[in-house]
Amino acid sequence: MRRNANLSALLAFLTVFLPLTAFAADLPALTGRVVDNAGIIDAGTEAALTQKLADFETKGSDQIVVATIPSLDGEEIEPYANRLFRFWKLGQAKENNGVLLLVAPNDRKMRIEVGYGLEGTLTDLHTKLIIENDMVPAFRAGDFSGGIDKAVDDMIMVLKGNPEELEARGERNQQPPVNTDDLVFTLFITIWAVIFFGGMAASILPPIFGQKLGAGRYRWLGMTFEPGRRSSSSGGSSGGGWSSGSSGGGGFSGGGGSSGGGGSSGSW
Amino acid sequence: MFAQRLASPFPFRSLPAVLMVAFVLPLLAGCGYNTIPTAEENAKAAWSEVLNQYQRRSDLIPNLVETVKGYASHEKDTLDAVVEARAKATQITVTPETLKDPEALKKFQDAQSGLTSALSRLIAVSEAYPDLKANQNFLALQAQLEGTENRIAVARRDYILAVKDYNLTLKTFPSVLWATFWFRSNEPYANFTVDEDKMQPPKVDFGTKQGG
Repeated sequence: MRRNANLSALLAFLTVFLPLTAFAADLPALTGRVVDNAGIIDAGTEAALTQKLADFETKGSDQIVVATIPSLDGEEIEPYANRLFRFWKLGQAKENNGVLLLVAPNDRKMRIEVGYGLEGTLTDLHTKLIIENDMVPAFRAGDFSGGIDKAVDDMIMVLKGNPEELEARGERNQQPPVNTDDLVFTLFITIWAVIFFGGMAASILPPIFGQKLGAGRYRWLGMTFEPGRRSSSSGGSSGGGWSSGSSGGGGFSGGGGSSGGGGSSGSW
Repeated sequence: MFAQRLASPFPFRSLPAVLMVAFVLPLLAGCGYNTIPTAEENAKAAWSEVLNQYQRRSDLIPNLVETVKGYASHEKDTLDAVVEARAKATQITVTPETLKDPEALKKFQDAQSGLTSALSRLIAVSEAYPDLKANQNFLALQAQLEGTENRIAVARRDYILAVKDYNLTLKTFPSVLWATFWFRSNEPYANFTVDEDKMQPPKVDFGTKQGG
């Protein structure tokens, strides 16, 4: 009956929450560190940028993503950038150290959206200056690749400006060689299995395989068991934990960070 | 735990009761006693973030006013309006306990939007002073102010969503059962009115795109 109840609970849970996961269809997919949907960055720069950003992430775990979209479809760039940032979950979950550089060429607008965790390092003023001094002049001259490249360089420079902080962040978020989630889960299951089945085995197996010493006393494997005497403790913990599987390997994905609207916007 | 205590001593001869429990248990476990308190705490946290960001804006203003005064002292009316609006806005606070009261929230919202318009007048006026616009301090304050306004917008949007979520748990099945039988004192929170929230500009929709 308990299993039945658990199963039904699971079903109820799924029916209630599954439909919530299917939405936000109109946002572009996170295909890499440079998502050039507007096609304004040339291939060489794109490859160099991707390499630069990947190197930077291995150093301090900060995730910088460059995105270009052809048009905002009438939406303001600030809410769009925030939605996109949260949809992609840039930055590590505990640090919220993501940065999104968004350019919408048809609207002639750009924005640097900074995650919660980096607001203190890459301040609104920094982003404003990067936009006004690096991007706007280059974009006015039609040099999108150069402007974006320079902006990325300067953002990295600012984030590197506090080296101890950056290093500490990197160390906190080093990729573990083994998936700790799985390890903890396995350990948990093992311990519980030992407690549950160990107790059960201690009461069932000695009468079968052991040597009878007296009423309710058995000798088995060099130990004396008294299954009847010990009151079997009833109950136990109910329910298991959900271990969220982390998507491993392969392509690039956001680390679970969020943004509260830090950064600044500009236009050219 | 509650479910288990109830379930384990059940004798199997009373099959209807067992079936009943088997039927009700998933409801208890699935819809969750926790749903309503969780949603309420989320809404409160979202509200704290809104207050936090408004406070941040309020903290920026004295500096901004001083800087502008140095260059445009004869824009006294505009400057006074900002100081006055700020004083008014800081007087009205809305604690989580008064979030249920739409009147209190409206007052808060009115005071804050009064400050918003006074500030935007100040920024508009300062456009006429090239020396002021070139001032590094002013530039920094302006960037911070813009950033804060955007953070306020994000915080408000998050609050609107959190409150919608919380109010829904009080009104929709199955959590409405918990609301009626257990959380009777819980009331829906007041939300920001949509027309005050200028985050979503009017969209031209030709029926070709899903709204987000």
